[in-house]
Amino acid sequence: MTALGYNFGYLDENTKRMIRRALLKAVAIPGHQVPFGAREMPLPYGWGTGGIAVTASVIGADDRLKVIDQGADDTTNAVSIRRFFAKVAGVETTERTGEATIIQTRHRIPEIALREGQVLVYQVPMPEPLFRLEPRVSETKRMHALADYGLMHVKLYEDIARHGHVAISYNYPVLVGGRYLMSPSPIPAFDNPKMDRMPALQLFGAGREKRIYAVPPYTSVRSLDFEDHPFRPVRADAPCALCGSRESYLDEVVVDDRGGRMFVCSDTDYCSTRQATREAAE
Amino acid sequence: MTALLEATGLSLRFGTVPALDDVSLEVFPGEVVAIVGESGSGKTTLLRVLSGMMRPEAGAVRYRDPEGSVHVVHEMGEAAMRRLHRTDWGFVHQNPRDGLRMRVSAGGNIGERLMAVGARHYGSIRAEAAEWLRRVEIDPARIDGMPALFSGGMQQRLQIARTLVTRPRLVFMDEPTGGLDVSVQARLLDMIRALVADLGLAVVIVTHDIAAARLLAHRLLVMRQGQVVEQGLTDRVLDDPQHEYTQLLVASVLAA
Ligand SMILES: Nc1ncnc2c1ncn2[C@@H]1O[C@H](COP(=O)(O)OP(=O)(O)OP(=O)(O)O)[C@@H](O)[C@H]1O
Ligand SMILES: [Mg+2]
Ligand SMILES: [Zn+2]
Repeated sequence: MTALGYNFGYLDENTKRMIRRALLKAVAIPGHQVPFGAREMPLPYGWGTGGIAVTASVIGADDRLKVIDQGADDTTNAVSIRRFFAKVAGVETTERTGEATIIQTRHRIPEIALREGQVLVYQVPMPEPLFRLEPRVSETKRMHALADYGLMHVKLYEDIARHGHVAISYNYPVLVGGRYLMSPSPIPAFDNPKMDRMPALQLFGAGREKRIYAVPPYTSVRSLDFEDHPFRPVRADAPCALCGSRESYLDEVVVDDRGGRMFVCSDTDYCSTRQATREAAE
Repeated sequence: MTALLEATGLSLRFGTVPALDDVSLEVFPGEVVAIVGESGSGKTTLLRVLSGMMRPEAGAVRYRDPEGSVHVVHEMGEAAMRRLHRTDWGFVHQNPRDGLRMRVSAGGNIGERLMAVGARHYGSIRAEAAEWLRRVEIDPARIDGMPALFSGGMQQRLQIARTLVTRPRLVFMDEPTGGLDVSVQARLLDMIRALVADLGLAVVIVTHDIAAARLLAHRLLVMRQGQVVEQGLTDRVLDDPQHEYTQLLVASVLAA
């Protein structure tokens, strides 16, 4: 109990234990969605209750937490979640990817490679990759059980037939460990290759659907594609206007009221680190 | 067992209705077997039980795979059953909407079975889909068209293309020409007959239409109240019916 009357990490120990059990199962069966029965968090869903529940269950007093939303540490959502954990767990927080032990994220994977020992916690709005194609939950469960994913390929086929390429730029479906079809959450397809054989542990929490899934370190994560239409991560064809990066994922931002626009890194820590290095060199 | 499919002593009741009553039957490679009989006689039920979609209360269905191993259909696991229904077997529904994905293009409908068994080359899947459209007499230019915009006859031909693309050896068809105009029916029957001969398919086909049975089937089973009252070579059964119910059935066709 902290002085404020919260248990460490806000959740009670029973709930944490339940979530950790689900996490262990999830790690044991990479990409498989494990239901968890945690009670409601007294937070609105937009906050990413699934991600918060996972972070609350794995965080320890020695952890250093980073929270990003669309790649940025300074959005309202990211700031609120960071403050929340600073208060209920008393942990250190950071904006530096390299210094964090836990990174909770919505919609991005940091640009710099994560390393062993780090944990990346994704906030997931809809865990079921097949839900748009097959609305019956019993049927999607059966498809996962039988690794029967032809229908997802039909969707990709239809995209190519109609648009000449696969028209999925976010939440691009992946096959984990050669077995389970998984939703990577609404990260840009650009980030998908970072998931493959990542040294860090990747945990996914879906609050509304009450599902947890995981990708253990060094697990293969393959974006679905065709031999003659291989998966291609796309980014805007421009350098970052602030740091000049040609490798990072860019956001297009409006800079004035005359329709002026520029491209800047969506990963704010990556961008500011590069700017600082450049200034130091000058 | 040299038959592709062998059913013995199949029985199934719905409440007090005996939908199947001690039905036995064999289907040999390349053979077309027609099941005829009045409405409610158990034809669809028999097809569903034979194809593993429904479990009988008594009796067994055995299937011989391409390697020659024999499987008891209702003891196969779900995964094996699904695979079988996409590879060595096919099912053509009376209503094409039950066998097609209406919101997927014609090409995607045909490609689905290929992708389900692991095809991952878009160009080859598409080429194969176009070739199958041609075979079922649909203009390959309509490969990206939605089946909802196809006529009933075209939808049925598309369903057949989608079913045959993985080269099954055994296909179940439930009234494939039902609900179509007479002229469209005739064309579809001709097409089915040509495909069956070309591919050496074995077919179990349910039909109301004695003329269709005569055109397509090598053997005929006549059902009434869940029982097979007569069976034999098609011409023999139709030209020289032994059971009085068959005599009635044939006479009613001649009168019509
Ligand atoms: N799911 C079910 N529940 C209850 N009774 C059923 C069910 N399916 C079929 N029956 C009954 O079993 C009998 C055989 O039905 P079935 O559909 O096999 O006949 P059929 O020969 O295919 O008829 P039709 O020519 O009209 O298609 C009928 O009396 C029917 O009402
Ligand atoms: Mg019927
Ligand atoms: Zn930048």
